[in-house]
Amino acid sequence: MDLRFTAEERAFRAEVRDFIEANLPPETRQRMIEGRVPTKAQTVAWQRILNARGWAVPDWPEEHGGTGWTAVQRYIFREELQQTPAPQPLGFNTNMIGPIIIAYGTEAQKQHFLPRIRNIDDWWCQGFSEPGAGSDLASLKTRAVRDGDHYVVDGQKTWTTYAQHADWIFCLVRTNPQAVKRQEGISFLLIDMRSPGITVRPIITIDGGHEVNEVFFDNVRVPVSNLVGEENRGWDCAKLLLGHERTGAARVGVSKERLRRLKFMAGEATENGRPLIEQQRIREKIVGIEVELKALEMTVLRVLAGGRRAGESRQADPASSILKLRGSEIAQSITELMMEVAGPYGLAAPGDADAEGSNAPELMPDWARSAAPLYFNWRKLSIFGGTNEIQRQIMAKAFMGL
Amino acid sequence: MDFDLTEEQRLLQSNLRRLLADHYGFNRRANYQAEAPGWSRAMWGRYAELGLLGLPFAEADGGFGGGPVETMLVAEALGEVLALEPWLSTVVLGGGLLRHGGDAALRQRMVPAIAAGEALLAFAQAEPQSRYSLSDITTTARRDGDGWVLEGRKSVVLHGDTADWLLVTARCAGARHDRGGIGVFLLRGDAPGVLRQGYSMVDGQRGAEITLSAARAEAVLGEAEDGLALVERVVDEAMAALAAEAVGTMSALHAMTLDYLKTRKQFGAPIGSFQVLQHRASDMMVALEQARSMAMYATMMLDEPAAARRAALSAVKVQIGRSARLIGQQAVQMHGGIGIATEYAAGHAFKRLAAIDTTFGDADHHLRALAAEVSTAA
Repeated sequence: MDLRFTAEERAFRAEVRDFIEANLPPETRQRMIEGRVPTKAQTVAWQRILNARGWAVPDWPEEHGGTGWTAVQRYIFREELQQTPAPQPLGFNTNMIGPIIIAYGTEAQKQHFLPRIRNIDDWWCQGFSEPGAGSDLASLKTRAVRDGDHYVVDGQKTWTTYAQHADWIFCLVRTNPQAVKRQEGISFLLIDMRSPGITVRPIITIDGGHEVNEVFFDNVRVPVSNLVGEENRGWDCAKLLLGHERTGAARVGVSKERLRRLKFMAGEATENGRPLIEQQRIREKIVGIEVELKALEMTVLRVLAGGRRAGESRQADPASSILKLRGSEIAQSITELMMEVAGPYGLAAPGDADAEGSNAPELMPDWARSAAPLYFNWRKLSIFGGTNEIQRQIMAKAFMGL
Repeated sequence: MDFDLTEEQRLLQSNLRRLLADHYGFNRRANYQAEAPGWSRAMWGRYAELGLLGLPFAEADGGFGGGPVETMLVAEALGEVLALEPWLSTVVLGGGLLRHGGDAALRQRMVPAIAAGEALLAFAQAEPQSRYSLSDITTTARRDGDGWVLEGRKSVVLHGDTADWLLVTARCAGARHDRGGIGVFLLRGDAPGVLRQGYSMVDGQRGAEITLSAARAEAVLGEAEDGLALVERVVDEAMAALAAEAVGTMSALHAMTLDYLKTRKQFGAPIGSFQVLQHRASDMMVALEQARSMAMYATMMLDEPAAARRAALSAVKVQIGRSARLIGQQAVQMHGGIGIATEYAAGHAFKRLAAIDTTFGDADHHLRALAAEVSTAA
């Protein structure tokens, strides 16, 4: 047992760090330090910088543009992006639709889509959840009926992240309502967001942000050539995403960066003329989170090391659920504390002043402005990607035999 | 970065687990505890035969050259069965002071006896007023000819009642809280002037109050007036061992609880089919894995420079304390009444976990220590 990274791994970390330092636009970084989501243009620009370097899709097979890195290198790369902070690769593109097309797509689909996915020539969004199908995803109702060379899609998706930016949506749709097992009547379709009959309606979340949407499908015609895998076998595609990049859900690098920001904020905020960071109670709360995060980081490293031994099999195991649970809880506890540290300025809602291109004067100190929105927004972390209760259920049923 | 065990380490682990499976069932343990000295001398002999007692000592001194990983494995296995023997006090605490502070002659005299199971050691560090401070020492050591004479009171000395040798911290110079002026002294347990009052502790381990009245030391370990760094290092090693022991105990307790959830029926169904209990079992599993990660972290940080090592071990102790409390309390709760009955193992594991949290500083103590180190630079 040995905790140290190898000399090669340390050199790799330095190489990644230097590249990010030299190439990440400072305004993108500053926006992220302030706790705001990078703009679409910033995310796309950064992804293209990475793509030009050959680092757009480290997890993919090398023949499709992957880097051939070890699991440890991929971990280091992601941690460096998170800690800088720099935009992470658009997950819908690189972690979801890309790997699914690689695994189940036709040659034509691979040729056409994969290079565009890597470079975000197409921005993808995910059409899984529906108003009646959340944790119980297999109950989805959006239907696709075959009509010659097309499917005709009718129904509604919801919680669709960045549908307002998206060029394409990958959807689970019901093609066989009569299937005995609900999962067996579902297909996986790629749908052009410019297709007639698609309507996107924003859902504004409690932080005031516009990340998620409802997407309505009204007689949308989708070429049969956009079916991925076999008809009625779409659930297999969706399952590929379970347990994929298992350590990512821990978000260790993101939480480290947010802790650094939290300490900065606690140095800026004052009470009785003294920085808050001098208060014992605040310090104990901060180190209490740091301890939990260290334990999580060690758990991630154990999973990484174990995966290396097991030939990086992609079998689901309790680690995925543990990392998702603790990762989300720790991140949320940081934003809670940020809200406390911000104090009264955490209450001011700058609204339009925060909008892109706004030239409104500064209404509040930079360090305080994102505390409340982030606290509110990050409640999502324990809801998406399988709620934390679903994770507990998975652990109890699959790994403890309860 | 590597979390794998070597083939030899695996063998050690499986041999020890087999020994304990054969000889350390719950009823056996109760018998060991009930008869003087409150643990099993027969088991102690078996540990010696297996090589556990000489494990961390250098081969040149008569040991087997094991490192922190080996100690972790032994501690975890002993934790699984709630072993009562003075392994921590003899091998990790007393042995650690010898390894890092004893001169070659002393090591070569003591280690073969320890390895053979013929010498029991205890570390007399705490005092009635000191709580968790390692430097709050009022026991005094004064030069007398070419030796030292000790005067004072030591409290809650783990296995101090049966130890053949006591390792005692005492103040040679300076004021009560000074970091300097502290020495570590080796005394015979039955030396004139040593009064020991033994007792059983809540978790079944043995403790003692020790009064020293002009008690003569046999040797000094490390620098006579600068022993605190030695003490801190050895206490960190003991905390790493306690973390591993706690992981063993938590792991056994979690498994015990799962068994109970699957077999105990109420309302016509195993209680483990109830979602509220399933989710608690999952929370226990998360707490266990977080603790296991930190026990490994502790093990791998022991050879780092003192400041990094101490911060790491404090973080470990915080996590172990939190996990132990959650797992211990939930296990008892989910067992219902039987969880608080002495005739069943769960309550004993719960008590040992509570004791481990308290030993060398509880989670809150170490949280304060870490908070003191947070940089306040804006």
